[in-house]
Amino acid sequence: MNSFVGMPSFPEASSVAVGDAQLRHNLRKATHTIRAKRAAVVGEQPDWAALREAGAAIKDRTLRHLDVYLERLEAAVVAAGGTVHWAADAAEANRIVTDLVKATGETEVVKVKSMATQEIDLNAALADAGIRAYETDLAELIVQLGDDWPSHILVPAIHRNRAEIREIFLEHMADWGRPAPPDLKDDPRALAEAARLHLRERFLSARVGISGANFAVAETGTLVVLESEGNGRMCLTLPETLISVVGIEKLVPTWQDLEVFMQLLPRSSTGERMNPYTSMWTGATEGQTFHLVLLDNGRTSVLADEVGRQALRCIRCSACLNVCPVYERAGGHAYGSVYPGPIGAILTPQLRGMAGPLEESLPYASTLCGACYEVCPVAINIPEVLLDLRAKAVTHGHVGQRLAMGAARRVLDSPRWLAVAQRSAGRFRRWTPKRLPGPLSAWSDTRDVPVPPKESFRQWWAASR
Amino acid sequence: MRAREEILRRVRAASPFQSGEGDEGASVPRAYRRRAVMPRGDVIALFGERAAGRRAAVRHVAADELALAMAAMLWARDAKRVAVPAGLPRGWFAGLDGVRRLRDDPPLDHATLAETDGVVTGCALAIAETGTLVLDGGRAQGRRALTLIPRHHLCVVHADQIVHTVPEAVRRLDPYRPLNWISGPPSGGTLEILVVED
Repeated sequence: MNSFVGMPSFPEASSVAVGDAQLRHNLRKATHTIRAKRAAVVGEQPDWAALREAGAAIKDRTLRHLDVYLERLEAAVVAAGGTVHWAADAAEANRIVTDLVKATGETEVVKVKSMATQEIDLNAALADAGIRAYETDLAELIVQLGDDWPSHILVPAIHRNRAEIREIFLEHMADWGRPAPPDLKDDPRALAEAARLHLRERFLSARVGISGANFAVAETGTLVVLESEGNGRMCLTLPETLISVVGIEKLVPTWQDLEVFMQLLPRSSTGERMNPYTSMWTGATEGQTFHLVLLDNGRTSVLADEVGRQALRCIRCSACLNVCPVYERAGGHAYGSVYPGPIGAILTPQLRGMAGPLEESLPYASTLCGACYEVCPVAINIPEVLLDLRAKAVTHGHVGQRLAMGAARRVLDSPRWLAVAQRSAGRFRRWTPKRLPGPLSAWSDTRDVPVPPKESFRQWWAASR
Repeated sequence: MRAREEILRRVRAASPFQSGEGDEGASVPRAYRRRAVMPRGDVIALFGERAAGRRAAVRHVAADELALAMAAMLWARDAKRVAVPAGLPRGWFAGLDGVRRLRDDPPLDHATLAETDGVVTGCALAIAETGTLVLDGGRAQGRRALTLIPRHHLCVVHADQIVHTVPEAVRRLDPYRPLNWISGPPSGGTLEILVVED
């Protein structure tokens, strides 16, 4: 799995993506389909607004007292026969998981689709230790076989079409196990069946499974994984050892709280009344050995930010991606992180800090239309956080923006200077540059420079009165 | 242990604790539907409809027709060997000839399960609004692997096990049991549901 380190800024990456007609077609089709399904199943739910309000309140309650709930979860998991590990950052989490796998003596593990393990790039860390991790989610498998990056939270291979997937299967499946049938067709059923057969023998023989979790119930120690394909529950159930890597924001206080999220999540993410399969387990189950790795990796610094902390309510449903006009055109890779789309634009700069050009550009990867806020099942006000992050990016730097704003203030302050500026702009309009020079180019890199009008309103007024 | 203390310290330093709400936080507004608003008969019909919408074949039978209906469904599939959990009621298979039952006691290995023609179980409850079955390893259900590996699942649901909404289901379920929520057939396989209206 490639890591996202050293990615170009959003405008650079997205300008490539918007030129790719095939990609835009795939994205448009996929996002519009999911969008319509979601709207239908949310619309039929008479108490959606109340569920959304409860969902946000439960997450806020968790975050305000996260220390209490973390300790409670730990105690409950231990009481149910599990072992709890804590990891302050990605490196520590990878070390813990690698050591746990090594202790079993195994060199192969099966993986349930998980954002947390993507975030810490666990597969690469395991590979360095000589352990091969097999992704078992269909879309993750496509990404893994194609040595590619995920581009959507829920459908990581959304940027690929059927013909491309067929090519990837034919070319690479054999390197990872059972090869694809040579006469493989590119209809979805045939592709899914080829993947099912490719994966099936793995489930039956794997002795170590690695997963994330959608929710962790502090009160009981119960972990919850929702999925669509049924491969997840195989990996959670059949191996002798199960290791789950869970971000500390995944907690909910009580068992009862699941009655809210088991309605909000499936309807928001795949547009179904219920996802096909959900597994819930508490501690070591049916003779399994169970390890829970609690992951911080920047979450506590997000928690410390008064405006930004609402991003930690996120339940990774991806409704905001599917509805976003920017995501629909730019695609997931432009966001340079495992968290693309609107939620990624606020989560990545917060988790990593304003560390480079990518992180600084992400808060601008939005038109602030607010569609993401409207569909968010836990009411994260994404535009509000984006604006707050933009303010932070400006105080940190952006020389060009400060220069431009300073010059504009001087000109707009004085009627005489404004008249001079307008007259000369009108006179030299034929020589309007496509790109602005120096630090001002940051503005024109992503926009066409507008051609000034022939005469200003004041000139027209003076002439035609 | 160092990471544990460090994470908890950072959480406490960051936490916007608001005084006066106790250490568990403010209570949560729960204005959503928490019980059925439909008559029983409609709830049962809704379950059948929604489960069928999830590509399950659903049949409604009276209690005294159960054994015959089950035999007919297995014969129709030409099933020769089916896996069953240890505690399956004997009556379910009364009058069933020609189908070998493999009791999961001692536990069948994965390869054997994969070669069966299906598995027959009961369930812990069913949710009408979403067409969902929930298994909890209790009576007539067995361990989780039993229903994961075979390609066909025949599940018996008694009418009094069907609730209308998700909150009713969560209230009835025991979190300390391994729970398997199923809405639709196993991947690459088939799901049949027998609703027993007793």
